[in-house]
Amino acid sequence: MLSEKEKNEIETELKQYEHKRAACVEALKIMQHSRGWVSDDGIHDLAGILGMTPDELDGVATFYSLIFRKPVGRHVILICNTISCWVMGYNQVLRSLNERLGIGLGDTSADGRFTLLPVPCLGACDQAPAMMIDNELYGDLTPEKMDEILGKYSWERD
Amino acid sequence: MERPLTQHMRPDGKALSLQEYEKTGGYQAARTALKMAPEEIQAMVKNANLRGRGGAGFNTGLKWSVVPMGDDAPRPKYLITNADEMEPGTFKDRMLMEGNPHQLIEGMIISAFAIQAGISYIFLRDEYRTAAKRVAAALSEAYDNNCLGKNIFGSGYNLELHLHTSAGRYICGEETALLNALEGKRAIPRTKPPYPQVSGLWGKPTVVNNAETLSNVPHIVKNGVAWYKGLSRSQDGGTKIYGVSGRVKRPGLWELPMGTTIRELFEEHAGGMQDGYKFRCLIPGGASTEFLTGEHFDVKMDFDSVMKAGSRLGTGAMIIIDDKTCPISVLYNLEHFFAHESCGWCTPCREGLPWVEKLLKAIEEGQGQPDDLEKLEMHGEFLWLGKTYCALAPGAMEPLRSGLKLFKEDFERHINEKRCPYGNGRIF
Amino acid sequence: MATIYIDNKPYEVKDGNNLLHACLSLGFNVPYFCWHPAMHSVGACRQCAVKQFKDEKDTRGRIVMSCMTPASDGTRISIDDPEVKAFRASIIEWFMTNHPHDCPVCDEGGECHLQDMTQMTGHVYRRFRFKKRTYNNQYLGPFLTHEMNRCIQCYRCVRFYRDYAGGRDFDVFASHNHVYFGRHEDGVLQNEFSGNLVEVCPTGVFDDKTFNKHYTRKWDLQTAPSICVHCGVGCNTIPGERYGRLRRIRNRYNGEVNRYFLCDRGRYGYEFVNSDRRIRRPLLRPTPHDGDSSGGESTVAGEEALRHIADLLYFGAGVIGIGSPRASLEANFALRSLVGPEHFYSGTSDTDSRLVAMIIDILSKGPARSPSLLEVESADAVFVLGEDVTNTAPVLALALRRSARQKPMEAARKQHIPCWDDAATRNAIQDAKGPFYIAAPYSTRLEDLSAHSYHAAPDDLARLGFAVAHELNKALPYVEGLPEQVRSLAGSIAGALKDAQRPLIVSGTGCGSEAVIQAAADIAWALSNGGRRADLCFTAPECNSLGLGLMGGHSLDGAFRAVQEGAADTVIILENDLYRRADEGAVNNFLGRVKHAVIIDHLTTPTSHKAEAALPAAAFAEADGTLVNSEGRAQRFYQVFVPEGGIQESWRWLRDIMITTRRAYAREWENPDAVMAALAEALPVFKQIQDIAPPAGFRIAGMKIPRQHQRYSGRTAMFADITVFEPRPPKDPDSPLSFTMEGYQGRPPSPLIPRFWSPGWNSVQAVNKFQSEVGGPLHGGDPGKRLLEPAEVKEIPFFKAIPGAFVSRKGEWLFIPVYHLFGSEEMSILSPGIAELSPRPYLGLNLEEANNLQVSAGEEIEVNVNGAVYQLPVRHVPGLPAGVAGLPAGLPGVHKATLPAWGSLSKTSGMVEVV
Ligand SMILES: Cc1cc2nc3c(=O)[nH]c(=O)nc-3n(C[C@H](O)[C@H](O)[C@H](O)COP(=O)(O)O)c2cc1C
Ligand code: SF4
Ligand code: FES
Repeated sequence: MLSEKEKNEIETELKQYEHKRAACVEALKIMQHSRGWVSDDGIHDLAGILGMTPDELDGVATFYSLIFRKPVGRHVILICNTISCWVMGYNQVLRSLNERLGIGLGDTSADGRFTLLPVPCLGACDQAPAMMIDNELYGDLTPEKMDEILGKYSWERD
Repeated sequence: MERPLTQHMRPDGKALSLQEYEKTGGYQAARTALKMAPEEIQAMVKNANLRGRGGAGFNTGLKWSVVPMGDDAPRPKYLITNADEMEPGTFKDRMLMEGNPHQLIEGMIISAFAIQAGISYIFLRDEYRTAAKRVAAALSEAYDNNCLGKNIFGSGYNLELHLHTSAGRYICGEETALLNALEGKRAIPRTKPPYPQVSGLWGKPTVVNNAETLSNVPHIVKNGVAWYKGLSRSQDGGTKIYGVSGRVKRPGLWELPMGTTIRELFEEHAGGMQDGYKFRCLIPGGASTEFLTGEHFDVKMDFDSVMKAGSRLGTGAMIIIDDKTCPISVLYNLEHFFAHESCGWCTPCREGLPWVEKLLKAIEEGQGQPDDLEKLEMHGEFLWLGKTYCALAPGAMEPLRSGLKLFKEDFERHINEKRCPYGNGRIF
Repeated sequence: MATIYIDNKPYEVKDGNNLLHACLSLGFNVPYFCWHPAMHSVGACRQCAVKQFKDEKDTRGRIVMSCMTPASDGTRISIDDPEVKAFRASIIEWFMTNHPHDCPVCDEGGECHLQDMTQMTGHVYRRFRFKKRTYNNQYLGPFLTHEMNRCIQCYRCVRFYRDYAGGRDFDVFASHNHVYFGRHEDGVLQNEFSGNLVEVCPTGVFDDKTFNKHYTRKWDLQTAPSICVHCGVGCNTIPGERYGRLRRIRNRYNGEVNRYFLCDRGRYGYEFVNSDRRIRRPLLRPTPHDGDSSGGESTVAGEEALRHIADLLYFGAGVIGIGSPRASLEANFALRSLVGPEHFYSGTSDTDSRLVAMIIDILSKGPARSPSLLEVESADAVFVLGEDVTNTAPVLALALRRSARQKPMEAARKQHIPCWDDAATRNAIQDAKGPFYIAAPYSTRLEDLSAHSYHAAPDDLARLGFAVAHELNKALPYVEGLPEQVRSLAGSIAGALKDAQRPLIVSGTGCGSEAVIQAAADIAWALSNGGRRADLCFTAPECNSLGLGLMGGHSLDGAFRAVQEGAADTVIILENDLYRRADEGAVNNFLGRVKHAVIIDHLTTPTSHKAEAALPAAAFAEADGTLVNSEGRAQRFYQVFVPEGGIQESWRWLRDIMITTRRAYAREWENPDAVMAALAEALPVFKQIQDIAPPAGFRIAGMKIPRQHQRYSGRTAMFADITVFEPRPPKDPDSPLSFTMEGYQGRPPSPLIPRFWSPGWNSVQAVNKFQSEVGGPLHGGDPGKRLLEPAEVKEIPFFKAIPGAFVSRKGEWLFIPVYHLFGSEEMSILSPGIAELSPRPYLGLNLEEANNLQVSAGEEIEVNVNGAVYQLPVRHVPGLPAGVAGLPAGLPGVHKATLPAWGSLSKTSGMVEVV
């Protein structure tokens, strides 16, 4: 079941387009924003208001890398693994994240706090290596900076 | 030196508000343009030789001139800003949208008017969350101040402008895939012909332009063709937002005359190599361009000159590779990106790129075989323009083809010594 | 015409096609995957590459996709150029990086397009040394297997399922080299044409699950050209048999009829042939009239049965024959000859007989023409009146999906997009709808196409139809008292039809309403006025309804009367279960009154249980014969295999009865040719059926055409467990086909094509080699002869009797039939998969009506109609008008025969009141 808030936000998006299905990516993101990910039931519910079948919507949802069709942690870390970041020390940054969170790429930490995903070029090449946590971009990363950054997302602060 | 696109941006990097933008002369060009004949604007932009900043460098005015005009043209027509910016190494559109979203909006109003579009979209990549916020804020200011919507500036012209944010996938930046994405379909490219200008979004005439391209338009209208051409040091009009990233002292973005040399960019602006590193090679315009070397430092960074040097200007975003980084692993990193971002529609791209990626990985990890180079060359030849469905795979082959020549020795050493001679086989 | 140069030789090709189409039509072997002759080009697989040169001087050329390049005048290409050959081989090499190479255990093996193309390109050695990608498979229902690892991502499956057949529960998921073709979640595929994926998929991702249960390789199947017997469309099929079992049905291309596709009823309905309910030996059963009530029955030899029947005919007090719309012309005619025309009854209900006779009349006495399905596809404005086409004539519905696109295609044409550029055409059209109108008693599966759908009771549908006719020709009567919206709808429909180049009216017997059929005729006739072409397409209830109708004969009620009045005491029933034709009481009464009932059928039925003698008839795959489809096209089907036991064709039984009863002329009926000749003489309307196909004596270079593939294996060992002597293959005196692998190996005349195969082309795609042009007619013309052509008339015999508006009744409902692809047809429901997917009997009401009655879906309610009482659960049937209730047509347990009819409903607690 869609929440009222989700419904309203989707209604607003629908107004931008002449055809309902055009709003499907936005609708998926609205759901993901409020729930963290898009479940099978979620696909059914959204398909209904978009005039699509679940198959059609899922065909689009699974095309994109930033629509999560599996549960993710409370915070999603998108670490840029593309050329500039990679040249500038992606590997060290990744290793320090692996060590601190105890997870590899694609995993969610045991406490359900973080999911670590690779992302192609974040468009922050001048601050390479870079990563994004939720909506926040972090550049010029070094292993040393990790504790402070991850600390912002610690239990106490939520 | 004039830097029309960036000179008014705030030093703190925050976005110019509508008021601030208008103080710098903003929306004057739109007011002028809405009184002109659409074809007149098209001609102006064409004569200014504004070439597409999305990478292909097509003359923007010429692109517009194919759109059916007149009363019996199909409607609605669409203008779309391509702000998907996922070409590795590229971050210029982000800066333009974060720093001066109204400049883009004004460019879109004029351009939309020039093709008599009624609806327009900004197609923005998902990760640009700050840009999304600022563009959205600017849009609502623009609507509130009659810059958008019905009867803009009392001209009788109406334009809807919406922001669409995507959900990851490089292929969405390919202009025809972008149309499918906007329609809520899987972002598979379309064939050309028919060109989008004739049969685009929802089958209606559509122009897709890069964000930087459209940000130039107000300045052309405001200051004229001669002025615009005068900004450039080459045949191509205007300035260019160049970027340098990688192993340099001061990575960044600079608005400079079109045709600024690689040397100036690399040495003066980016400050040259970081201490302790030597220059090995560079990719001039995003991941899908061919490597250039030290021999090419005096090449001018404009479309024709870089082409002559054997590469492409692309997005004008240079990536500098140092001597300590293994070039095979650089190639591996690039091909990993392309393989992962293939849309999965055409065979050579979908199946060929993962093979290339696996070969490079094997070579880098010391498991290369002598005939692997032959296989890589086969891909370089067959994943080429016209043989694949869209330009993604050929783009992926540009660094590979040049890399196979340029790093021949490195390849051979990896295979013969069964290890990475740099000892830093940094595969993720 | 255009001249193109292929490897420097000039060729003439038709204008407006692409190079792949042109090359294949010229007979060149250019490999391809994503292109399909019915679904055209999208340029995804890149397999069909050729090299194109600008002009004579251009020696470098560039690689282009032949499917995406117009074959325009002066085009110069090379197929043999070394670079492009290497490129094509590398495409296969890429596919093979992930393909499992499991051909030995793959059902597709030996008829695999991927195998063929691999051979064709010459890719041989594996160079890819890394891990393969693997997928999970899905459960897709009783008809299709799913083995995704074999997928080569040509996208044909989604393109067929979604774009071509209108399905929406199947799609492509994920991206890059993880793309996946399937459903959002496991489950039965919902589209009526899903079985075509078997033929559309170039590899073994989708295979036939029913075939899988008794699998053999394609080359080990004995095959012959056949016709589907599960509805009136008459799709051409290729059934395959081995070891006495029918194992599968494949599509047989006929450019005018089904072309490339079948519906799932047609593909999977074949299992009745292997059913336990077959009558395999003659049976005699003492009847109460003989004073024996033991009820025991005994199988007897054919001669004994024949003698018994001959005795009945000698000593009885008159015999009548009841024919059947599911039996061949030959069988019906043999019965008619045996009993005499005046004692021949068509064996269909009063309503069906009247409706079919009316359709024949309309198509032969008026100016409108019944179109072939190919012609249906090119109609640019369509009005469907009173018919649930998807469930009564499924492949017609598929053709209508094409017609619905005709008008919207203009947008693409305006943008200079060639019609074969499928993706671009779809982008240009988007979801624009053409002038496609549906008026039906309930909501149907074509409504996604329609500009407007109207639901009403049959009489009201007819009134809309007459109103449209009036709009087209004001001299026709004005429909009084029509609601304003309906009148304006009539205006728009009339306008759209008038504006069209090729207007088409579709109607049929589905509503059981004469008025609906008459209204459809009036519209088509009004359009035809002035010599303009208007097509009128009627559906017919069964595979030989029109053939039987053309033969004449009284309806079943006539037979009942004859016996009632004592004119006869013996009846011979041909391939007919009377309980499907009339009310139970009436049939019981009839069978109780006749002293001797003889049945000739392939299945035991409630009717056969009551017969004194039963003769085992050959099912379609065991017989030769002729059927007339709803277009009026007479088509020949051939025996696929010789059945075990005492089974023979119905007409042969009837002939044997005639011989036993000393009718000398019957001795001449040695093969179907002789029966047909006699039929043509007796009833000249059938004259042309003799020309459908070559006669039995036809030979090519002295040879017959083999039903077995040249690679047929194990022939000498097949019966080794029984005898080591190789049995002699059965003789076929009936046709130019033989039951062996020896014979003429070239391309046979089109009506005799037993399989599509050509060297190097083992998959269904071999059909290209049998067509005069890709997608065009088969070499020598598409098989079948049209028996009905419009008449040149001075005065069009318009119908002028307009029914009154439907008035709902207090406490009563008009019960109409609701059709089901799976379930409404008698024989196909014996296939387990079809039985599984067919509904249980139900009472259909629209939601509002159900709410008014305070009954919810699933709740049982008592239905009282035509004297029968049923307890049925309520089911929501969208669109059913108020005052109208639906009963599933033809489902075992519900009688459709005399619908529409008025009846009542009552809840167990008492009568339901109309609110
Ligand atoms: C794989 C691929 C990705 C692309 N991504 C982008 C992009 O992110 N932004 C962009 O402006 N152009 C991108 N392009 C180029 C566009 O297809 C198109 O040429 C451009 O948006 C046209 O705008 P312009 O004429 O203003 O340059 C991409 C092209 C390809 C083949
Ligand atoms: S499933 Fe078959 S038809 Fe569909 S894309 Fe894969 S190989 Fe092609
Ligand atoms: S780039 Fe996607 S398949 Fe060609």
